[in-house]
Amino acid sequence: MTTVSTNTFASRPSTGRSLEKSTFWIFRIATYVILLAGFAVFGDIVFKGSATVFGAFKTTSSFPYFTNTFLTEAPESLYVFEHKGEKREMGDTEYRAFREKETAAALAAGKPAPVFEAASYVYSAGGIWPCIVGTVLLVVGSMTIALLLGVSSAIFLSEYARDGTFVRFVRLAILNLAGVPSIVFGLFGFGMFVIYFDWNVSLLAGWFTLAFMVLPVVITASEEALKAVPKGFREGSLALGATKWQTIQSNVLPYALPGILTSSILGIARVAGETAPIMFTAAYVVRDKMPWDVEKISDFFFQGVMALPYHIYVVSSKIPQNEYTSRVQYGTAFVFLGIVALIAASSIILRNKLRGRYKW
Amino acid sequence: MDTPSATPASRTFNVPATATSAEGAQTLIEIDNFDFYYGAKQALFDINIRIADKRVTAFIGPSGCGKSTLLRCLNRMNDLIDGTSVKRGSVKIRSIDINGRDVDSIELRKRVGMVFQKSNPFPKSIYENIIYGLRIQGVKSKSRLDEVVEKSLRGAALWDEVKDRLHESGLGLSGGQQQRLCIARTIAVEPEVILMDEPCSALDPIATAKVEELIHELKKQYTIIIVTHSMQQAARCSDQTAFFYMGKLIEFGETRDIFMNPKNPQTEAYVSGRFG
Repeated sequence: MTTVSTNTFASRPSTGRSLEKSTFWIFRIATYVILLAGFAVFGDIVFKGSATVFGAFKTTSSFPYFTNTFLTEAPESLYVFEHKGEKREMGDTEYRAFREKETAAALAAGKPAPVFEAASYVYSAGGIWPCIVGTVLLVVGSMTIALLLGVSSAIFLSEYARDGTFVRFVRLAILNLAGVPSIVFGLFGFGMFVIYFDWNVSLLAGWFTLAFMVLPVVITASEEALKAVPKGFREGSLALGATKWQTIQSNVLPYALPGILTSSILGIARVAGETAPIMFTAAYVVRDKMPWDVEKISDFFFQGVMALPYHIYVVSSKIPQNEYTSRVQYGTAFVFLGIVALIAASSIILRNKLRGRYKW
Repeated sequence: MDTPSATPASRTFNVPATATSAEGAQTLIEIDNFDFYYGAKQALFDINIRIADKRVTAFIGPSGCGKSTLLRCLNRMNDLIDGTSVKRGSVKIRSIDINGRDVDSIELRKRVGMVFQKSNPFPKSIYENIIYGLRIQGVKSKSRLDEVVEKSLRGAALWDEVKDRLHESGLGLSGGQQQRLCIARTIAVEPEVILMDEPCSALDPIATAKVEELIHELKKQYTIIIVTHSMQQAARCSDQTAFFYMGKLIEFGETRDIFMNPKNPQTEAYVSGRFG
């Protein structure tokens, strides 16, 4: 069959056409680069970190018959030495016990005490249990404060306050607070809570510093969540003779809760992750006692804690780097990611549960 | 109930069999020289009206004429809007000025209930919706609450439809049922007056007919004021009608007179469908 080439719709090459194609590829490649970066970061941490965490399982003689030393022990120095021609690596506690045992055995056998020449690497053995506890305490405390303050203020701003100069000023202040770098919050917390209030480096100082840092997020998002509740719920309730607070309490706040929780998930990730605000106010490089080992209950609030992000900072920049440090660095980062994911996941589950219950 | 007709309402008007006669009706609400403002903008001009007890009063008029504003003044829902103010005049219910200093808007709203244009059942069970008003008043007795739920749902002609699913969400009901649920919720707190702000504007004709029948039933016990866009509806279910235009009360009288013999040419034009 012969056809005359009269296809008026045939594509004609032009600069416009090639521009179309190249822009498409630029956008496409940019997206791939981001994907690649994401995989690289997560892959690196998960690959190196999981080796640390899953390599630390040990069997024990009592229930539950296994333990993970990385998750349950405090950081220790690592001792590397040669013993009977064998290279041995041991944590502080284990090393001391080993040395005593060997020395006692040698003495009993009437031999001279063995000489140990060990190289010590600080924080490279043991685990990060105190850091996990510290981070959880910091998150729980600061989110409690931030939610109490933030939700109260959001309720005031969206339900009670009348638009005017004052409210505009408050909103401006919140906006400004959101733009303050976290290190400035750290400095503020140090000057205010640690020095002026004389709380020292303590949980309480860290809680308030972190709470102030996430307040803008919590307030803004809570306000949005409150505004999303239909006006009809408020009017319907008021028309039945409910007071304003009764209306808010039983007919507005419950329906805004899922939205408020969503915002606090973001807040949790930030609070758990920031290093700068806690490095002057709440975090210790190392602490032997666990937070609950206190004489008085009030001491609990006035003690510093170890925290995961600060621990990563310490083991990455404050100690001499060597072949043993990356184990702790990546292990800590891996656990840290896991904890944030865990907290976020549980908040999401809670939120979805509430959403299912309060749907309109 | 008459069927809606394409011809102007004034030509087909029949006095509904359910109409309550004006004789012996007592005045419940007196509005005198009432001026109302949204900020600097005057919304109501010198309103004078006498609303009878246990009768149905309809407010009609084109959009923006102030009928809803006046309705919301009767239970002070306008307090919720920034910048509103009563500049002159009074609204008296049983001779008490509801804008007076010693009147609590919360107590007022317990006595003057309201049904909204868009049905707004709370996202709770039907049961919880009904007892909401009693719950906030602190009523705890289960038997009392059960009793009120049944009574209110029967009062709103909804009992037979929902008695088997009282603990399911009120949002699962159809639009008309939702609106009747809102009416049931309102009568559960036993108000004297029920304000209805275009209660049928979002409903289909059958659901509308049910709500209108309900209005006939309710006026035995309650004074009802209904804002409506539909002149047929005003003609069908009200005893008295007030026509508003541009924030002014143009004419107020027995529904029959407003539709059959309007005194004011503007009223005549509106009810015969020539504008609005």
